[in-house]
Amino acid sequence: MSKRIPVTYPEITAPLRERTREALADAELGGNLRAAQASWAKGRRQMAEQHDFAAMRERATGIRRDNIARLPELLERLEERVRAAGGTVTRVADSDAACRYITDLAAARGATLVAKSKSMATEEIKLNEALEEAGLRVVETDLGEWILQLMQEHPSHIIAPAVHLNKEQIRSVLAAESGEAVPEGREALVAHARRRLREVFAAADIGVSGVNLAVAETGTLCVVENEGNARLVTALPRIHVAVMGMERVVADWSEAAHLLQLLPMAAIGDDAATYVNLITGPRAPDEADGPVELHLLLLDGGRAALRGTDLQDALNCIRCGACLYSCPMWRSVGGQAYGSPYSGPIGAVVTPLLEGMRGERSSELPFLSSLCGACHEACPVGIPLHDLLVRVRNRVTTPGHRRDRLRFRLWALAWSRPWAYRATRALARGGLRLAGRRGWARRLPGPGAAWTSQRDLPTRWPPRSPSS
Amino acid sequence: MRTCLADIAAPSIIDATRRVLEGCGVEVVVPRSQTCCGQPGWSAGHPDEARRVARRALRAFRGDDPVVVPSGSCAAMVTHGYLDLFTGRPEEAEARQMAGRTLELSQFLHQNGLRPESAARGSVTLHDSCHMLRLLGERESSRAVLAEAAPGVELREMAQTDVCCGFGGTFSVNYPEVSGRLGEEKARNAAATGADELVACDLSCLLHITGRARRTGIPLRARHLAELLAEDAA
Repeated sequence: MSKRIPVTYPEITAPLRERTREALADAELGGNLRAAQASWAKGRRQMAEQHDFAAMRERATGIRRDNIARLPELLERLEERVRAAGGTVTRVADSDAACRYITDLAAARGATLVAKSKSMATEEIKLNEALEEAGLRVVETDLGEWILQLMQEHPSHIIAPAVHLNKEQIRSVLAAESGEAVPEGREALVAHARRRLREVFAAADIGVSGVNLAVAETGTLCVVENEGNARLVTALPRIHVAVMGMERVVADWSEAAHLLQLLPMAAIGDDAATYVNLITGPRAPDEADGPVELHLLLLDGGRAALRGTDLQDALNCIRCGACLYSCPMWRSVGGQAYGSPYSGPIGAVVTPLLEGMRGERSSELPFLSSLCGACHEACPVGIPLHDLLVRVRNRVTTPGHRRDRLRFRLWALAWSRPWAYRATRALARGGLRLAGRRGWARRLPGPGAAWTSQRDLPTRWPPRSPSS
Repeated sequence: MRTCLADIAAPSIIDATRRVLEGCGVEVVVPRSQTCCGQPGWSAGHPDEARRVARRALRAFRGDDPVVVPSGSCAAMVTHGYLDLFTGRPEEAEARQMAGRTLELSQFLHQNGLRPESAARGSVTLHDSCHMLRLLGERESSRAVLAEAAPGVELREMAQTDVCCGFGGTFSVNYPEVSGRLGEEKARNAAATGADELVACDLSCLLHITGRARRTGIPLRARHLAELLAEDAA
């Protein structure tokens, strides 16, 4: 672990369509994604046989809607309980404030090494970059996140960050990091990583984690994981900093128990996660281990502004990643193409909302969807993602979308009048006849060009025999 | 309700729909003042523009008669999208009333126990369009109608019949490569069944799948369910 690796998000310059093209051309990526999706789908089918998923989903939807409706009250209660347990709670408005809190804390305590467990909130605020800039060494301890840190990539999936890679690709990354030969095989890779990472847990001054759910009733933070690294990150270093999206709070243990059961079912198609860490305050006087200080950061980052809007349901998300696996687009291009730590349908909804609507990548993401609704079907808390995608599209303010709106204004002008509709219909029919005299058009001009870049167009229906 | 797409690119589907319904003893009125349900604008993120077109549909279909549409997607626009467009607006009651009596063709036939007599023979494979499947929640009606109305037709289910074909309206031209890849997978799954033809309740999916099939050299014949149902002995 001698090398210091800067973790930076590559500037996203190629437009999204270009990135999807590159991803489609990557046959290895396609294979990795297919394998991952198939294993998830198999697990989900088993879950559906063993549990009344529909009923669990309905209850979970109700719980999350209620949580968000009562958010201010639940957050106050959570703060009060975490403080009563000896923790510190701070509300942070945005990424800068969140990162500054942690770098200031590190400076005040003289910290040099930060160990992290998997957390989407810290990906969102680009914490690693901020820590590196402040001269700290930061190491991701979730195996997938560590691999990505070494590769300087962002996660391609909410739950399985390195799901776009295969064993051999990972082996070469680990070999490059350690400067030694790494044996083949899944278990050997894990053993190698465990040995390298053990050194970090023991030496870290600060452990940073995310929070899957916080229980307002008792001030308990729930951190779900499969590797055991989060347990070490939240218990061994002297200081534990938990970064939590402010919407991830539930009222009580009955709600938490339900969601904690549903989360792995939706996320990985399994009944239970390997580890569920329940953290209530720092080490108490009568306890043998645990951190001396616990800092909980409640991140707004654009969330509070969504309450009371027609996009509020996006806050119900428990970050299980099921909508990613279920999405035909995500399955085709993977998460890297999205250029955001949040990819897939939920990423296409929340990235623009949390980042602001004007950015290039923000404005493109919601359009990378056929609105097929498979995401809504897969979502354990019933978020109508296909509707949210449409609503986010409406809010895009880029020049490209404004031009598109102008075209649709003309469309609305014509098609709200029957006579004008009939006139455009006659034009379109004539155009079709002209374009494809033999029953098929192979190349269309203007707006039809994108269609015929990939497909022929039947100009007579039913289409003539495909071979003609 | 005609669909604008069939009205332009495949009027034979509208004729077939009319013949199927009249053959079952249903009186069919096709209002001349209708244009489009408004979905293209709504799903592209232009609700104000979509509302203007949708208001035209509300006006054209006033009354209490059932509205039958040979498209799961357009039907879903009325039953689902109109609530999004008109909730909290003066037209809300009218939109809800229309949504309550709008059905996709096979749904209408199935729910009313109507049984057209089709002389079609051979084998078909059926594509579940996404909006039919997930917004209307309808998987059975097309299969039931097919079994009852066309006993001479064998249904061969394809792999992943519930996965999107990748059309997706403006998505098909915004991200044509991703869309094309998915269309190709769908065409391959359909062709792999060895069925004589692909049948669906949505023309939009069929234009995309057959177009991609032809471009990539996958032999695939296709037609709309209404056309299969309307096939007579002559």
